[in-house]
Amino acid sequence: MSKFEIQINGTLQKIEADPDMPLLWVLRDIIGLKGTKYGCGIGMCGACTVHWEGKAVRSCQIPIAAVKDKKITTIEGLTKGDLHPLQKSWITLQIPQCGYCQSGQLMSAAALLAANPHPDSNDIDVAMSGNLCRCGTYDRIKKGIVMASETINGKQHDY
Amino acid sequence: MTIRNNRREFLKQSLILGSGLAIGFSPARSNELLNRVQLSEYGLTPFITIVNTGKIFLVNTVPDLGQGSTQAIPTLLAEELEVGLDQITVIQSDGDTRYGSQISGGSGSIRRAWEPLRKAGAAAREMLMKAAAKTWDTSIENCKAEKGRIVNLMTNQSFAYGQLAAIASQYEVPQNPKLKSPAEFKLIGKVDKRPDVIDRVSGKAVYGIDVVVEGMVYACILHSPSIYSKIKFLNDAKARSVTGVLDVLRCERPMMRIKTEAVAVIASNSWSAQQGKKILEVSWDHVPSQMNSGDYIDRMYATTKKPGPVQATKGNFDQAYSQSSSKLESVYESNFLAHAPLEPENVVAHVKGDGTVEVWIPYQSPEWVKSEAAKYLGIAPEKVKVNITLVGGSFGRKSYPDFLLEACFLSKQLKKAVKLLWSREDDITQGPFRPAMLSQFQGVTEGNKIVGMHHHAIGETFNGQTHGTLKPGEPDPGLCEEISFENNKYNFAHTKVSHTRILTDIPIMWWRSVWGANFAWGQECFVDELAHQMKMDPLQVRLNSLDDVRYKNVVNVLAEKSQYQNPLPKNMARGIAMWKSFGSIGAACVIVGRDNKRIRIQKVISVLDCGLYINADMVKAQMEGCIVMGLSAATKEKITFVNNKCEQTNFHQYPLLRLNEMPEIDTHIIANETSPGGVGEPGLPPIAPALGNAIFNLTGKRIRKLPINLNDV
Repeated sequence: MSKFEIQINGTLQKIEADPDMPLLWVLRDIIGLKGTKYGCGIGMCGACTVHWEGKAVRSCQIPIAAVKDKKITTIEGLTKGDLHPLQKSWITLQIPQCGYCQSGQLMSAAALLAANPHPDSNDIDVAMSGNLCRCGTYDRIKKGIVMASETINGKQHDY
Repeated sequence: MTIRNNRREFLKQSLILGSGLAIGFSPARSNELLNRVQLSEYGLTPFITIVNTGKIFLVNTVPDLGQGSTQAIPTLLAEELEVGLDQITVIQSDGDTRYGSQISGGSGSIRRAWEPLRKAGAAAREMLMKAAAKTWDTSIENCKAEKGRIVNLMTNQSFAYGQLAAIASQYEVPQNPKLKSPAEFKLIGKVDKRPDVIDRVSGKAVYGIDVVVEGMVYACILHSPSIYSKIKFLNDAKARSVTGVLDVLRCERPMMRIKTEAVAVIASNSWSAQQGKKILEVSWDHVPSQMNSGDYIDRMYATTKKPGPVQATKGNFDQAYSQSSSKLESVYESNFLAHAPLEPENVVAHVKGDGTVEVWIPYQSPEWVKSEAAKYLGIAPEKVKVNITLVGGSFGRKSYPDFLLEACFLSKQLKKAVKLLWSREDDITQGPFRPAMLSQFQGVTEGNKIVGMHHHAIGETFNGQTHGTLKPGEPDPGLCEEISFENNKYNFAHTKVSHTRILTDIPIMWWRSVWGANFAWGQECFVDELAHQMKMDPLQVRLNSLDDVRYKNVVNVLAEKSQYQNPLPKNMARGIAMWKSFGSIGAACVIVGRDNKRIRIQKVISVLDCGLYINADMVKAQMEGCIVMGLSAATKEKITFVNNKCEQTNFHQYPLLRLNEMPEIDTHIIANETSPGGVGEPGLPPIAPALGNAIFNLTGKRIRKLPINLNDV
């Protein structure tokens, strides 16, 4: 067991864990942030996606010892006061069905829009193909990302 | 509207507020439908309680798997009771028998609740109106129910429902209250935004995997790679040395009809348990079983040489077939599939010292959780308290109780609350699976008509293997009904349906759309084969083969929405298929294109006649889900067993359709004011055959085996 200080959603968290424990399980079982989900444990489904310095990463693949001073954002940190434009479009378009994968979908989409506010269809495909949805919400996810990107770029949407 | 699972909180609130109006509704027992139930006697009544503040509590018997039952179910009540959805608090039922049947499955939630719940709402409304009329000393005709109040039309005075609940509860419940006609609906067919989506986009929704119970320990289980093997040797020394590991113990996986041996690692967190499991040293005895999918499929093909047990006939198929010079025979194969819900199987079980058990579980039926846990532990069902959580996808999987009972076993041994989480590898390799099946067809044509068809289904069924309710060699009646010509309404003069069971130990369980997912594939491709043999258009052949107006309309709407008569560019083609299941008729058109040997799925048009529905957008969402899962199964997913072992272990070997592989999709609900049909599944069966037919129309190559490799057609 080792002691770590990590920055999650702008808060410094002091925790004690095995250095090899993946960030996913530190978030869920130690810190109690349950919005980040386990889906496969091998980085193939994207349910555990969080932001590492703003980039989308699979938290099941990152040992806690590797986090160091890097800023981590989880789904719980995506809402800053107001809902993120993606969350608004997700509600407007009623994207989630069971919703289990949607934390990961949203974090992948948010990282995409932060890096590229005008993604085209191909950009969306590349950014989102790592996130599985068994309920089959992909078509709406694509529309939701387009809607949120328009909002970010100043177009009014009736949320 | 708020959704609350906490029964204690509800009880406390209702006790403070005093007794109100309580009306029962039970889909399972229509004769006991509207029995008045005293709040004081039952606490939480079956079904509906209006407390004095006007707040309405509704017990929802159908867990929300993502299909929106927590909105659709209260809508039925609110419509007749004349209240807003925001006045109803939905409470998930706990499996108590007083609530009757409690299951999300068979696309039946709305179908089962449709009449009883609207009746309960209408009865309550009539009782409240009677109470108001008495208080005002006026006639009921002078009263109107509106937005949770009874209004006196003569004086414009009004009472909130809560003010009338106590008086109303003294009356007999009307047995045949007047229900609205569809034209009068204000909510049914009109509601749109589900209220709980915000929780599902902000990480706040609590699924089974998120449940934390005081004092609980974390468990994971090493299952036998060949499912039924016994433990020959176990060394847990290394596993016990992992930081956080608390215990290692032998345990069992109670499957539907057999218990298998397994080893559990108990830890203070999920990851430590998984680490311990990885370094367990276990060797397994060889157990003779028949788990080789290739062998199973070979045995099914061998069966096509013999006639199977016949379940139904019309006309004289054998004679028509033997005498015809215009006939065709084909065999279609569907493969084993995993359910792979994104939330793996998990549960918290606490077998307590006082002999009671409490369970928190994402599951399709609280009723089954209660009965299965009680039966397994040998206790009375009343001793089992069931908390159904949000379900992170199921598709049939979370109605198979193995993981529930594993946790019950562990909690009983450890005398602690145990949180069990299956790994994705457990989920993919251990089953139960959608079975592989064959469809053998014989067809007879005459001029421009199909006049005869024989569908011989081959393979093991749930009633056979999973539930053990069939005699050896007996055809499965449910399966035969699904593939019957009464169900598909094809008007062929001579028909025959038969089914041969082929035994396998590969565990099987229903998978989204159940038999439709296996058998629409062959039937709808074979109809196209016969059409091509007659040099007829497949859509026209279907219209010629159907007399039922509703079915014909589905075909016509599909033709219109897919612009079927408009020619496509040269290297593109369409294919169509239809299937009736769960009380609804679905049809699909798939448009494909090609780059050399590679087929591209360009567009899928799906139409559904599901009768009346609650939320059009939710119906479309389910149709979209069916397109995705249908295409995923038809083009990517395959479970194979070699030497008693599943060859696929995780998503790298069991790929699901991804966002970048999505075609354009277009869904249409067909307006029809008949009673509701299912919506969660009927969109799926037509997808694979429509794709197979499109590929034939483009390439001339008839594919008869799933999954289709789009990169090499």
